[in-house]
Amino acid sequence: MGIIRTENLSHSYGAAFKQSAIDCVNIDIEKGGFVGVIGHTGSGKSTLVQHFNGLLKPGSGKVFINGEDMWAKPKEIRKYRFQVGLVFQYPEYQLFEETVYKDIAFGPKNMGLSKEEIESRVYAAAKIVGIGEKHMKASPFELSGGQKRRVAIAGVLAMDPEVLILDEPTAGLDPRGRDMILDEIAKYHEEKKNTVLLVSHSMEDVAKYCKKVLVMNKAQAFMYGDVKEVFKKAPELLKMGLSVPQITSICMELKKRGYDISPDTYTVDSAKEQLLRLLGACKSGDTIC
Amino acid sequence: MEEIISCEDMAFSYSHENEEKDKKIPVFEGLNLTVQKGDFVAVLGHNGSGKSTLAKHFNAILLPQGGTCTVVGADTRDEDKLLLIRSHVGMVFQNPDNQIVATVVEEDVAFALENLGVPPDEIRERVDDALELVGMSDLKLRAPHQLSGGQKQRVAIAGIIAMRPQCIVLDEPTAMLDPRGRREVMETITALNKYFGVTVVLITHFMDEAAACKRVVVMSGGDIILDDAPKRVFSNVEKLKSVGLSVPQATELIFELKKAGYDLPLDVITARDCIEKLIGILEEQGVS
Repeated sequence: MGIIRTENLSHSYGAAFKQSAIDCVNIDIEKGGFVGVIGHTGSGKSTLVQHFNGLLKPGSGKVFINGEDMWAKPKEIRKYRFQVGLVFQYPEYQLFEETVYKDIAFGPKNMGLSKEEIESRVYAAAKIVGIGEKHMKASPFELSGGQKRRVAIAGVLAMDPEVLILDEPTAGLDPRGRDMILDEIAKYHEEKKNTVLLVSHSMEDVAKYCKKVLVMNKAQAFMYGDVKEVFKKAPELLKMGLSVPQITSICMELKKRGYDISPDTYTVDSAKEQLLRLLGACKSGDTIC
Repeated sequence: MEEIISCEDMAFSYSHENEEKDKKIPVFEGLNLTVQKGDFVAVLGHNGSGKSTLAKHFNAILLPQGGTCTVVGADTRDEDKLLLIRSHVGMVFQNPDNQIVATVVEEDVAFALENLGVPPDEIRERVDDALELVGMSDLKLRAPHQLSGGQKQRVAIAGIIAMRPQCIVLDEPTAMLDPRGRREVMETITALNKYFGVTVVLITHFMDEAAACKRVVVMSGGDIILDDAPKRVFSNVEKLKSVGLSVPQATELIFELKKAGYDLPLDVITARDCIEKLIGILEEQGVS
């Protein structure tokens, strides 16, 4: 039994639109996974993840968190908001408190935790995202864009959610800022062993950080599987308006030309190893040649 | 070739608000850069490297505090030339939702022309032409909120094109778009440059976009540290990494193999180039 499971989940916006935003989605996400969610704009990925913490109510079908039907008792929906933390796109626009400390503390405070517990959680969350103590009393609006975003993410981490969902957490950041945030999240995932969902347009990032990938296409779950399996479907992904990492398309072409290279290679390191093996094997007079 | 933008010894610093001390935060000092007519330049740099500040000098949103910035032959500090400069250099920003003012696509494209006092017949013609150019004619009567991000950015670009500028400066126009939207915008600006000779300055974080330009300028700490054709810029793998940037995966793979002792040229940025070079070396080594 996974931590998030959907059963024939469908949702459409407004009665005027006949077309569903998500249509009969059945997925089962296991506890402790690091899952990439990909799909082009309008494929339903944001609509889907907003069901996971009860921001949207299913049009039909069900969502289970830890095996419990989320909407069995609608009055208790709030508890799922603490279990499943959702970081929106451009979360820095949602900062509002006078100080960084207060902003990060907002979630835990609403959970009704003790003052000591709040404090320890705020500092722990700030540490994960690399916000130092010297910034705690500063106004969040004095920080740089990248720092603001990290404070916003810390605000969700401080609630210590079992599931952390990030919607495009690196949009608009430079490569260094991008790596920094994703490295921090990967480390957090490693330490806490909780479940992380990363909604991203960057196949390179999904390939680098995630173990599994959910591909949304035209309101449906096209596939859910290991990164390797998903990138094997590169031609289909391209048809959906998605891209595959450049390194994958290079390896696919080499395979097509008859070289012994795995076409589902998705990191530069792996491509390098395979090429060195091929080249090295020849030097030593191996039979591959 | 004719110069369209020329920065000489340019200096600029932001003054810190909400603070008692007169703290200045310098962005750049003694910056020199020229953009020729018809150029297609990418400006790369980490957050805070000064690229957006530089771009805002190109149509006189910001004015140099030292040195000069000359755009279409006019000093940007000359207030009388402001209209001239802005009608020749248009800017497109990151968030399409902040740039669209009207409730119908074609009205949005006409907005600047109305402000410039262009006669109605000519507005009609220019708006139709501009929408055609960005491939949005079919959607000209739509409400902007019904469009995708890529389509909205193309409307924003059409609004600029309708002014018939010589140069478009785009500040991370694809940062908020999905891969398809990014492709649409890149195709549009590439065509504008190629077929209509519009000078393009593209500020971006995406290495693949920079790789598709004719020239790449890399900024770090307010200085221009590299300025060359994309192939030559990206061959500086270590230097780019040291300033927090990355290189295309094709370049990185070649760089890693070169490090392992294979004789490969570093000026590889596209998948096709990379495949060719790899096959070359595989054949040379007798792998079939």
